[in-house]
Amino acid sequence: MSILIDKNTRVLVQGLTGKTGTFHTEQALAYHGTKMVGGIHPKKGGSTWEGSNGEKLPIFASVAEGKAETGANASVIYVPPAGAAEAIIEAIEAEIELIVCITEGIPVADMIRAKAILDKSKSRLIGPNCPGVMTPDECKIGIMPGNIFKKGSVGILSRSGTLTYEAVFQTTNEGLGQSSAVGIGGDPVKGTEFIDILDLYLDDPETESIIMIGEIGGSAEEDAAEWLIEQAKKGRKKPMAGFIAGRTAPEGRTMGHAGAVISGGKGGAEDKITAMEAAGIRVSPSPARLGKTLVEVLRG
Amino acid sequence: MNIHEYQAKALLKSYGAPVAEGVAIFSADEAEAAAKRLPGPLYVVKSQIHAGGRGKGKFKELGPDAKGGVRLAFSIDEAKAHAREMLGNTLVTKQTGPAGKQVNRLYIEDGADIERELYLSLLVDRSVGQVAFVVSTEGGMDIEAVAHDTPEKIITVAIDPMKGVTADDLAKLTSALELKGDAAKDGETLFPILYKAFVEKDMALLEINPLIVMKDGRLRVLDAKVSFDNNALFRHPEIVELRDLSEEDEKEIEASKHDLAYVALDGNIGCMVNGAGLAMATMDIIKLYGEEPANFLDVGGGASKEKVTAAFKIITADPAVKGILVNIFGGIMKCDVIAEGVVAAVKEVGLKVPLVVRLEGTNVALGKKIINESGLDVIAADDLDDAAQKIVKAIKGS
Repeated sequence: MSILIDKNTRVLVQGLTGKTGTFHTEQALAYHGTKMVGGIHPKKGGSTWEGSNGEKLPIFASVAEGKAETGANASVIYVPPAGAAEAIIEAIEAEIELIVCITEGIPVADMIRAKAILDKSKSRLIGPNCPGVMTPDECKIGIMPGNIFKKGSVGILSRSGTLTYEAVFQTTNEGLGQSSAVGIGGDPVKGTEFIDILDLYLDDPETESIIMIGEIGGSAEEDAAEWLIEQAKKGRKKPMAGFIAGRTAPEGRTMGHAGAVISGGKGGAEDKITAMEAAGIRVSPSPARLGKTLVEVLRG
Repeated sequence: MNIHEYQAKALLKSYGAPVAEGVAIFSADEAEAAAKRLPGPLYVVKSQIHAGGRGKGKFKELGPDAKGGVRLAFSIDEAKAHAREMLGNTLVTKQTGPAGKQVNRLYIEDGADIERELYLSLLVDRSVGQVAFVVSTEGGMDIEAVAHDTPEKIITVAIDPMKGVTADDLAKLTSALELKGDAAKDGETLFPILYKAFVEKDMALLEINPLIVMKDGRLRVLDAKVSFDNNALFRHPEIVELRDLSEEDEKEIEASKHDLAYVALDGNIGCMVNGAGLAMATMDIIKLYGEEPANFLDVGGGASKEKVTAAFKIITADPAVKGILVNIFGGIMKCDVIAEGVVAAVKEVGLKVPLVVRLEGTNVALGKKIINESGLDVIAADDLDDAAQKIVKAIKGS
């Protein structure tokens, strides 16, 4: 078991024909044969995409057509920012179950519109501005480097891409490995929040422990901590370690991620750390000690 | 991106919001002509800088008893005198930091008879993923203090993007602000206007503090602070024209030319990292080992060799930098591209301070090979902990 994706997930690529889409589709195909089933391009339907190692995938004119032809149940989006929200909406309207949007820099107003449509649909959106989703040895959607993963028991979720990699790398080095890893993204308005993914990890029998990585801005970490306390009362609980990036960030400055900003005295790291610790999460002061901190928690 | 108050007011006025008449000036010589264009007899002379707390701010060059950054004038002569005293001097407010900001522009505005001061802002409410009005009857003061002391006096009304501002939303807003009669009618016109401006212009924040009820019972936008979603500026060339580069850090301007996310900080370890989260975490771990970061720098996902070179130059141009930490965990970013960029930059600008490089992820072996074969004096690190310790040790030794 795993969450969200496994060896049976069939993935379409929106934005396959660009440089980024091509590189990461080649990587996905090379990763335990992730079932990449086709690409979407409104003007190149009927043509064939070729990777640099001779890989071939059919191009469809629309997501709906691609889904009908391939039985895809997931889509990954590498479309540039100006058209990315439209790409999300197209995937929602084609009733794709899992939409993963990698694109960084989508205008917030566009995401507000996409989210309003998403909320009325059955689709799940991960991202935007995220590294994607991985289930080791089975399926790679997005841009995470496959070579650092190891099949195992830790469920990883993070607002940051590169800190996801740190958590993966460190749990691999500790011999624990991962059940899945999900980057929920660094934008202020996104498809999936911590709580949604925590819920899946708590249900997943292969996930024995969890690493949750947050950062400054908003209150999603505090909301998740409160939710975890409620779940623990119902007996749903797994050992957790965590980290919050941005303890040294100045107030009022956006730190790279559009969502990473302390404003009006809210969204600071200390409040998040306090809330997470109150929910029983061991928060590591160092991003280099995520794996070791989790090992300490597991040893009790 | 931020704009000045007078620019924000002009923008809101173009949407039909009630804004006082006013004229922006860049030199004291313009003050008289500006004031003469206004009805008088009361004028307000306002410093235009990108920071709040101007009214209570103090000018560095003037005595402690001198008036602040927003002043009333009861005659044209008094307005002129204020302009002469304020322009070119440095205003220090609680938001500018001790260095303050030089006042290069003033806004001379028609005075108003204030009955009540209210607070209104529009922002993106992340918890619901919608634009929301945040309002309070406690206007004209520090809203953070109001939020802290009397949170029940702050009311949030989120707007459904599919419906826009509904009659129900309007009723909630007028009631929350206790608007009656003409003021309520003005509010019912104003609130949808503000929402329209916010959405159409891709604003990130629109703050009116205060929104006033005047003695004649009408509403007026007395102050306006607007910032825009940087990710949407590509579709607003008219907004980009309002950018005032003199308000921004030079290194940050240079970084923005290369599409690098850079924030100047006060420490002495320059950082070049990929990914915003890892860039923040790198700053945090430097602090954890007892030093301070000189900057936040995310070279981004699809960085080219040229971009990495530009980033490296910005870091090395900062005289405060005593050591550099390059920390890359490649996903989208390939380690060999970073390595080539670093090598090219060092060859071009030279290396006068210790450089620690930590590479991991996509194409890591190739990246390490490029660094090792470059012949440069680079300290290699195995992981983030190792990297942070090595750079801290290196600058202490120098």
